[in-house]
Amino acid sequence: MPEIVVLSGKGGTGKTSLTAAFAHLAQDHVICDLDVDAPDLHLLLAPRRLSSTAFVSGHKARIDPARCDGCGRCAQVCRFGAVTAGSPAVIDPLRCEGCKLCVTLCPAEAIEFPATHCGDWYLSETRLGPLVHAQLFPGEENSGRLVALLRQQARQLAARLGHRLILADGPPGIGCPVISSLSGADLALLVTEPTPTGLHDLERVVELCGHFRVPAGVLINKSDLNPRQADAIAAFCAARGLALLGHLPHDPAVTEAMVQGLAITEYRPDGLAQTLREIWSRVQDRLSASTGPQTNPMTAIHPLN
Amino acid sequence: MKAAIASGKGGTGKTSVTASLAAIWDSPVVAVDLDVEAPNLHIFLQPRIEGRAPAYLVVPEVDLQRCNRCRACAEICQFKAISVLGDVVLTFAEMCHGCGACQAVCPTQAISPGRRELGEISWGLAGDVGFLMGRLRVGEAMSPPLMRQVQARLAAMTADGRDVLIDAPPGVSCPAVTAVMAADAIVLVTEPTPFGAYDLDLARQAFAPLGKPMGVVVNRAGLGDERVYGLCARHGLPILAEIPYERAIAEAYSRGEVIARTGPRQEALFRNLAGRVCRLAEQRMPCAEGRHA
Repeated sequence: MPEIVVLSGKGGTGKTSLTAAFAHLAQDHVICDLDVDAPDLHLLLAPRRLSSTAFVSGHKARIDPARCDGCGRCAQVCRFGAVTAGSPAVIDPLRCEGCKLCVTLCPAEAIEFPATHCGDWYLSETRLGPLVHAQLFPGEENSGRLVALLRQQARQLAARLGHRLILADGPPGIGCPVISSLSGADLALLVTEPTPTGLHDLERVVELCGHFRVPAGVLINKSDLNPRQADAIAAFCAARGLALLGHLPHDPAVTEAMVQGLAITEYRPDGLAQTLREIWSRVQDRLSASTGPQTNPMTAIHPLN
Repeated sequence: MKAAIASGKGGTGKTSVTASLAAIWDSPVVAVDLDVEAPNLHIFLQPRIEGRAPAYLVVPEVDLQRCNRCRACAEICQFKAISVLGDVVLTFAEMCHGCGACQAVCPTQAISPGRRELGEISWGLAGDVGFLMGRLRVGEAMSPPLMRQVQARLAAMTADGRDVLIDAPPGVSCPAVTAVMAADAIVLVTEPTPFGAYDLDLARQAFAPLGKPMGVVVNRAGLGDERVYGLCARHGLPILAEIPYERAIAEAYSRGEVIARTGPRQEALFRNLAGRVCRLAEQRMPCAEGRHA
C-alpha cells in the first residue's frame, strides 16, 4: 500500500493546505493526519466521526500521600527533576517521564503507576475520503506511538476498503513524531518556502529522508516572495538529486479557502489549482517510479513501526 | 525575567518575534533557541559562535561477564530499550530515555553508563545579545533531553540575573511544554486564520496548568478571519501586539532580516511589545526598574 507523507521541517509552510488539495485530487485513498499534536486538517475536511478510541500509552508516577513517609528516596533517584522531596513528596506530572524507577525503589510502596490516557483517535468520513486522525491531549507525550498507531489503522482501513493510496499530513520538525511518520513511507513530499529558514529546515528533513531511505520530492510554496531564494532551493534540489515537483505562488486565496473550510482546489478550480493538478500528476509518476507496478505491501512495513 | 515565545501552529513567526525583541531589548539579555529540531534563530541574529559542545544521553552498557540474565533490567524498562532473550542481552540505545532504572535495579552491577549523541549545544554573542542554541542530531528522536541540557547551560549563563528570551518549538506536546517550563511569561504568537485559532486554543490549554501569565501576538493581522480575537476575548488573553499582514514584511523575512530593524514603525511596534512582555512577566516577578518605560 503506497504511503505519501507531507513534511517540511519548518512549520507553517503549507503542509495541511496542500494535503487537503491533494486529498481532493486523489482517488481511492485514505487520508491520515499525523500531526497529532496540533492537527488542523479536520478544519478543512469537516469530518463526521464514525468511531472514537482512547489512546492509552505509558504511565505516570503518583504519590499516595497516606503512605508516603517523606524519606526522599524518589526525589534522589529521579533523573528528570520531577519529584519535590517532602512529606508527602510531590511529583510534577509534566516532568514525570514514566520510567517507574521511583515506584520500584520506594521503601513505603507509596507510589502508584497508573496508565496514561494521552488522547483519542478517530475514524471519520469526509467529502474528500475516509480520514484517520487523532488529538493528543494538550501537554501530553507519546506522540510517536500515536503516529505509528494511526498509520497502522490507515493501512488496515485502506486494505478493507480496497483503496490504493495513503496520503498523510505530517508534523513539523525532525524528531520523534516525524521519524514515526516517515519511516517506511514510499514518498515524502517536502513543502518549503523561499526563505533562509525554509531552506535550512528543508536540508535537515532531506537528511532525515536519506537516513530512512525514503524518496523525497520538493515543492516550493510562496515561491514568488523571494525568487532568488527559490532558485537557491532549486539548486539545492539539483545538487542532491531531489525531484523538484513544482513552484506555487503566494496567493491569499489559500487563506480564503481555509476560512471557508475548503481545499484550495475546491474553492477555486483555476489558477493555483491548475498548477496543483500538474504537481499531483508528477507526484503520481514519482510514486509509481519509487514503488514499481507490483508493490508488495510488506515492503511498507518497517521495523521501527 | 524570562519570556518564552511559543505557539501551537508552526510558522506563525515565533523566531521572527524573538529575534526582533532581542534586537531592541534594553537590558542585558540572552536569546536561546530551544526549537532544537528546526533551529532558526541564528539565521536572523547571525551570532559569533564562541563555543560548542556535543550533548549526550546516558544509556546502558551491559557487561556480559557480570550479568546473570536475571531480566530485572528488561522488566523495569518502560521504553523497550533493553531485553534478555535466552543468553543474549540486547540494548536499543535509540529507544532509551536515560532514566537509569536498569542500572539502579541490576543486582550484579553489570550495567554501566554509556552514551548516545543527542546533538550539539553552541553559544556566542550577537552584538551585545547573548546567544545559545541546541541542534538535534538528524535521526535522533528525542528533543526534550537535549533541551534540558541547553536549559542547564542557560542557567549558568544567566546566573547574573540577566533577562532571557526563549524561542520555543511549535506544537503543544512535551517539547513545547519543556521549553516554556522555566519562563515567567509566555508569549503566544498566532495568525488570524482558522488553523492559527485552533492551535492557539490548544496552546492555551497545554500551558494553562503551568500557571504563568500569557499574552498573544497576532502576526499577519488583517489576513483571514476574526476567530483568534474571539478566542482571546473569551479566555482573557491580552493581545500584546499586532504585526500587520504586509507583503513587504514577508519579503524582508524571506531575506533573513530582523523585522524590528526594517523601519521606525516596526521598531516602535517591538519596543511597545517588549514593554508589555515585561509587564506581563511582572505579574510573577519584578522587572528591573525603568526598563522599557
